[in-house]
Amino acid sequence: MSLEQSDNLVVEQAQTLDSGEVELPAAVQPWTTWKRLRRNFTAVFSIGILVILTVCALAAPLLTNNAPLTIDPVHRLRAPGVEGHLFGTDYLGRDVFAIVLFGGRTTLVVGLLVTAISMVIAAVLGLLSGFYPKVDAVLMRVVDGFMSFPSIVLATAAAGYFGPSVATVILALTIVLIWPSLRIVRGSALVARELLMVEAGRSVGVPESRILWKYVFPIVRAPILVQTSFIFSAAVLGEAALSFIGLGVDSKTVSWGSALTEARNYIQNAWWIAVFPGIALVLTILALNLLGDALRDILDPRLARR
Amino acid sequence: MGKYIRRRLLHALPTIFIPLVLVFFLLRLAPGDPAVQILGDNATPEQIAALRTQLGLDQPLPIQFLLWLKGLFTLQLGDSLFFHKPVLELIPAYAAVTLQLTFFALVIAMVIGLSAGIAASLLRGKILDRGIIGVMVFSISLPEFWLALVLIFVFAVTLRWFPVAGYVSFDEGVWASLATLVLPALAIGVRQAALLTRMTRSAMLDVLDEPYVTTARAQGLPEATVIGRYTLRTAAVPVVTVIGLSVSYLLSGAVAIELIFSLPGMGKLLVDAVSRRDYPVVEGSVLTIAVTLVVVNLIVDLVYAWLDPRIRLK
Amino acid sequence: MTNISQTNPVLDVKNLAVTLTIYGRPVPVVTNVSFQVRAGEAVALVGESGCGKTMTARAIIGLPPDGARVGGSIQLEGRELTTLSKKDRRKLGGSRIGFIFQEPMTSLHPTLTVGAQLCDTLRTHLDLGRKEARDRAAQLLDRVGIPRATAMLDSYIHQLSGGMRQRVMIALAVSCKPALIIADEPTTALDVTIQAQVLDLLKEMRSELGLAMLYITHDLEVVSDFCDRAVVMYAGDIVEEGPVASILTAPHHHYTRGLIGAIPAHDEDRKRLTLIKGQVPPLGAWPAGCRFAPRCPRADEVCLKHPALEPFEESAVRCWHPVELKKKETSTLG
Repeated sequence: MSLEQSDNLVVEQAQTLDSGEVELPAAVQPWTTWKRLRRNFTAVFSIGILVILTVCALAAPLLTNNAPLTIDPVHRLRAPGVEGHLFGTDYLGRDVFAIVLFGGRTTLVVGLLVTAISMVIAAVLGLLSGFYPKVDAVLMRVVDGFMSFPSIVLATAAAGYFGPSVATVILALTIVLIWPSLRIVRGSALVARELLMVEAGRSVGVPESRILWKYVFPIVRAPILVQTSFIFSAAVLGEAALSFIGLGVDSKTVSWGSALTEARNYIQNAWWIAVFPGIALVLTILALNLLGDALRDILDPRLARR
Repeated sequence: MGKYIRRRLLHALPTIFIPLVLVFFLLRLAPGDPAVQILGDNATPEQIAALRTQLGLDQPLPIQFLLWLKGLFTLQLGDSLFFHKPVLELIPAYAAVTLQLTFFALVIAMVIGLSAGIAASLLRGKILDRGIIGVMVFSISLPEFWLALVLIFVFAVTLRWFPVAGYVSFDEGVWASLATLVLPALAIGVRQAALLTRMTRSAMLDVLDEPYVTTARAQGLPEATVIGRYTLRTAAVPVVTVIGLSVSYLLSGAVAIELIFSLPGMGKLLVDAVSRRDYPVVEGSVLTIAVTLVVVNLIVDLVYAWLDPRIRLK
Repeated sequence: MTNISQTNPVLDVKNLAVTLTIYGRPVPVVTNVSFQVRAGEAVALVGESGCGKTMTARAIIGLPPDGARVGGSIQLEGRELTTLSKKDRRKLGGSRIGFIFQEPMTSLHPTLTVGAQLCDTLRTHLDLGRKEARDRAAQLLDRVGIPRATAMLDSYIHQLSGGMRQRVMIALAVSCKPALIIADEPTTALDVTIQAQVLDLLKEMRSELGLAMLYITHDLEVVSDFCDRAVVMYAGDIVEEGPVASILTAPHHHYTRGLIGAIPAHDEDRKRLTLIKGQVPPLGAWPAGCRFAPRCPRADEVCLKHPALEPFEESAVRCWHPVELKKKETSTLG
């Protein structure tokens, strides 16, 4: 009991700040986080998977001579390993191995951009919302509206509006994924606002922007980092799902999701069309989720066992 | 209590309006003219103009919006531009399929999620707990549409236990109908089960650490009572939240599953209507989903109040 | 109360040891603790937080934290508890041992009515019907001084005041007429005036039911006229044990002296406000010898060996250099 408490980062954090010391608890400092991450098996494992997937995506042209979109009806539905097609070919004779490699690029681009854009917006709005009750009152109603409404409908509407393209996918997923992060940042900002040091700073007229940046942001940083990993995973899943139902990337872009679209019709005699892009997708999402769990264990022991 | 319900309903209004308004403007501003879609590429400009007038599309956008609002409040949702049938007549058949799918997926999610979550929490740190966590993390990372493909390959193509796709309604045979829903329900139920397992486990662990559970044990109450009466009840509050979110998701998020299994549900109707620019159907489906979600949220709120007298007595 | 010492003890703890497992490492939190509580007697278990008082109490009721190992012997009314099956042990809670927790707000269920919680205990241990249990619960609430007892059965804990909550807790603990009550700082969370009322109620209950009582506290003076004997713990050890009166006026262990000195004296003449320097050593980092030595003003080389608990004047003390009664008079003046 008392042992658990002594491990409780948030309490420590609040106490350190209450006592007026500016220094942050060790776990929040980037270097310590990295050191702890290196000792965590799950973290090392998931980062390893992500690094391999990234390298494969970036080095795709070096790893295969086949272009992912080259249609070759003569050699369609070839089994894995046949005629130099490591993962076989699909119903149009496209090389599945190349699709997996090049599809990783789409996944990376969409994941990175959606995560970056939505996290920046969420961080800014979340800090404002947590710090200014008037902004909060309005923003929270909007968040409720967006969040209680199924994201797929919004994404579908957005995708329907702009037509399928990578930009559409990024926009649609960003709109959907801002809100949960915004809530998390806001929650931490609310905690930070109550801290003695922040209150004191406000009362003696330290500029708000300075308070936000110097005292509040460092506290909000840990939950943002954890959330980033989960948003990335949600973005990868979202891109695949949208592309799968034909509302995602256009037909000139390779995506694991769109590669699976036709797989159902050929599943009887060409399981490899479904299996390989699917495994790549599952591995990526799994690694990101595991990384998020590990980061949370390290940065927020209060929630660690979830 | 009445006041509580009224407050919750008021709270739900943005839930209905934000998506509806958003959808209205997204559709109207989107490229692609429904009149062209309906008449085909060979239509003359005169024909198109006539149809646009008939559909009210020639009005300025603010007027269209007001007319649309009026239609919304009087439940005049218009006719489908594609089916040429009133939207309100069209939707029930699709909604029924989605409701059945949601029901079965929810049963799967709740049976697996609640029992696995409770078992894991009671065996904290033991091998079974770790095993459940492992399976749970993996299942959360499993895209539903891919799981659906795997299930089709294993159970429909290889083992031939269930049909590959298609839908048989209840009237045409209960068993045949159930058989068409097993794989789709599994495909979306598994991930929801994993999410529910996670929440149940952590909620149970939180409550098991509460002093009042220690009190119940110190008072010599049998462990079955301590868990069943003193723990589950309070742990249920966050779990109900997740179940509510699951229902919301299942009611609308089954688009990919409906497409894979060729189920004529709301998700399919919505996606098709978006690509056909069938405004009234899109708006009608979004409205249906939004209203259903408000009802689901209200039920969740009522369950909260039933579970926790502190909410009820406020 | 000389006749008390002749009766058999209700609670007899011998060589109790509790070891927790922290990050896979065994860490002792209670070592070699022995004491007795007789019927009608109240014993104070005193010490700062982290000294092992609560862990001792949890071991007695058979609810140590996960992964804890409990050694030694605990006898309740002559029955050995440590060898009982988990189920039999559980049945003694609420029926033979009542437990009063520090924080009634969190220790009573938030969404079950007061009556439901009382009835659960009553019906678990006594063969009562629904109606009988409810009547008995109302009587209990009335007995602990809760107005409109029958109506209160249907209230929830958040609707009651702090004092009333603790009265409910007491009603729950005494509901099945136990032989022993363990009270873990039952008044700490309350206002001073309410504290006195709750203590009075406990006193009444004790004499009415002939209860043996183990009263855990960090403030000996609060219970000075309530408890007969005191057991002072420090870092998992009993460091001093004896009649409350003599421990308060003439503590023999330097820790006890400091502990009492830390309470501002009302008697201006005595002017003793010695504070203990330093902090309780963290778990797993106890010194090998006398565990108090690093903070003790009298510590020397001898203290590198762990002293035994030995009789000294009216009490027993675990110290190589116990404070003698006469010496103390002079030293406090200096």
